[in-house]
Amino acid sequence: MGEKKLLKGCEAIGEAAVQAGAKYFFGYPITPQSEVPEYLSKRLPEVGGVFLQAESEVAASNMLYGAAGAGVRVFTTTSSPGYSLMQEAVSYMAGSELPCVIVNIVRGGPGLGGILPSQGDYKQATRGGGHGDYRTPVLAPSTVQEAADLMIDAFDLADKYRNPILVLGDGLIGQMMEPVEFKQRSPVVVDKPWATTGAVGRKPNIINSLYLDAPTLERHNIKLKAKYDAFERDERRWEEYGAKGKLDVLLVAYGTVARVCKTAVDEMTRQGLKVGLFRPITLWPFPMPELRAAARQAKAILDVELSTGQMVEDVRATMAEKVPVHFYGRVGGIVCTPEEVAFHAGRVIKGEQVNTIGEYAGLTTAVTA
Amino acid sequence: MPRVLIDNVLCKGCERCVVACPQRILTMSKELNAKGYFTAKVAHQPRCIGCCLCAITCPDNAVQVGLNGNQYKLFEY
Amino acid sequence: MELVFKNTESLVPVTRHYCPGCTHGVIHRMVAEVLDELGVRERTVGVSPVGCSVMAYNYFNCDMHQAAHGRAPAVATGIKRVRPELIVFTYQGDGDLASIGTAETIQAANRGEKITVIFVNNAIYGMTGGQMAPTTLPNQVTTTSPAGRDVNHCGWPIRVVEMLATLRTPSYLARVSTHDEIHTVAAKQALRKAFAYQVQGRCFSLVECLSVCPTNWGLAPVESMQWLERNMIPYYPLGEVKTPDDDPAAEVRHAQ
Repeated sequence: MGEKKLLKGCEAIGEAAVQAGAKYFFGYPITPQSEVPEYLSKRLPEVGGVFLQAESEVAASNMLYGAAGAGVRVFTTTSSPGYSLMQEAVSYMAGSELPCVIVNIVRGGPGLGGILPSQGDYKQATRGGGHGDYRTPVLAPSTVQEAADLMIDAFDLADKYRNPILVLGDGLIGQMMEPVEFKQRSPVVVDKPWATTGAVGRKPNIINSLYLDAPTLERHNIKLKAKYDAFERDERRWEEYGAKGKLDVLLVAYGTVARVCKTAVDEMTRQGLKVGLFRPITLWPFPMPELRAAARQAKAILDVELSTGQMVEDVRATMAEKVPVHFYGRVGGIVCTPEEVAFHAGRVIKGEQVNTIGEYAGLTTAVTA
Repeated sequence: MPRVLIDNVLCKGCERCVVACPQRILTMSKELNAKGYFTAKVAHQPRCIGCCLCAITCPDNAVQVGLNGNQYKLFEY
Repeated sequence: MELVFKNTESLVPVTRHYCPGCTHGVIHRMVAEVLDELGVRERTVGVSPVGCSVMAYNYFNCDMHQAAHGRAPAVATGIKRVRPELIVFTYQGDGDLASIGTAETIQAANRGEKITVIFVNNAIYGMTGGQMAPTTLPNQVTTTSPAGRDVNHCGWPIRVVEMLATLRTPSYLARVSTHDEIHTVAAKQALRKAFAYQVQGRCFSLVECLSVCPTNWGLAPVESMQWLERNMIPYYPLGEVKTPDDDPAAEVRHAQ
């Protein structure tokens, strides 16, 4: 049993990586996650690690690429515009089958956007923002404690599957302070015979993603796909909260929005309504079979996101028109309140079509089939 | 006596060795190798002084220099 | 008969794909010879670029890491910082190092990363078919400067070694040429010094190797040697521009 500490999300994420045995960080300041490099610049020398502030996210992600190839646990943290800059290196790491953990503390976008919380990077995260036929597994914590837990799991998953893993937070998770307990665990030792550690008494290792021969590249892509299929089969995570079975409405949300929805679920349950919440924790692989099972007897789904509608496309694809899917979103860095969620859930229950972005009236956006 | 050995498979016929030789003992063959290059060849082996400049300037490891007996080290390399 | 000029252990004994007369092969071999002479092959990691030498990972007989275009100094930084006992080198062309990778090059040098950068400057983009490079000379014809490089349109070529020499952080910076055998012999000395500094753990080292590109210059190999001597050396002077033993105060005096 470890001790509980009151930590800012950014600090918890940095410390969790250290607890997972990741002593090497290459990163760049960007709001709202600069506290992570600041924390690590003091913490990593304490544990004999290396902290280096790179000249850009482009450079930081390529330093990750090098260090991951040298066989150590390495990570970085950034926010949305920085993650865009890292796509090239993520693609190279996926193609070279290298493990690493990247944390994106999402802020308002597109472009320079804003510095307040957002969930507008869902598609970039889950569809693999870089080029090529790879997947980026995405873990989305909803509390600071869960962020710490998922960080540690992310390193294990990265090493197990030899792929970059993305931990997707938002400005709220990064900035708020909550009690965190780091689970005591024995250090994980992963054998990495493919790493560039110096060719002492063995054939040289080559870290590479270039395959000019088409059949060889096809075999390589098939090998990667098999890895992603295994991840999709074995590593889906989700949480269900509130009522189950015959529901008036099922809320679907992830990250901090899910916490807002939990409060709304509690309030509506007190009013005698049958409301539940389905919270995907892995955004890729999206827990489709589990969502279908949870929504089977629901009259309707209300998807709530801090975006103009990104995860809702996955929800609609999952439900395949068996259950009507409604959408409520807030953007610009504004976080929706439980009252707003309850209001729009109420509209759904009354039989209204809900596709609203904005506070109450807001923009009614077209229904996408 | 030093001896220059040119590998006709590796040679790409760039002629760098021909101009590098201070003794001018190298020339280009009039026969093509399997890849279609006119390769270098040794024209006057006895005048080789073992300086190895041909081997130093060759981009393709196509030149080897062999020795029998003593060889002065003519320059730092 | 004893072979006095043997093949090197740090070089894989395969046919390399470079054009006839291309000095990549010469530079590869000399780097490999230095690794052999310093006895560091088994603790060396090389970082290969994007460009004609993209497949250098097949030619060096040590651990190799293929980098994205321009990012080799960042990749090398990642490797060297987490495993400082390794000897880490990058091998880059002029597009890789001086165009897309300018930031990574300058910042690695400025941070004083203890890596060795081999910069192959042939004033043109080879692999992609002969486009203009940041080091293309004024009035030099390339496929993207068909009327010759117009310095009023796109500026003058970059002298990387002199540019990096303005940084306060100690480093070893030298420019050599491989166009003929005499200069190649001198180039080997600079390469050995550059790697020796890394073995001593002293500083960042970069050796700019002026090289020919017969194919894209449209010249036979021996003609390209003469072209380099007549055109490149006047603009890119040879010599050691900076060593870690230089007095940093002297730089300030020169600036005034």
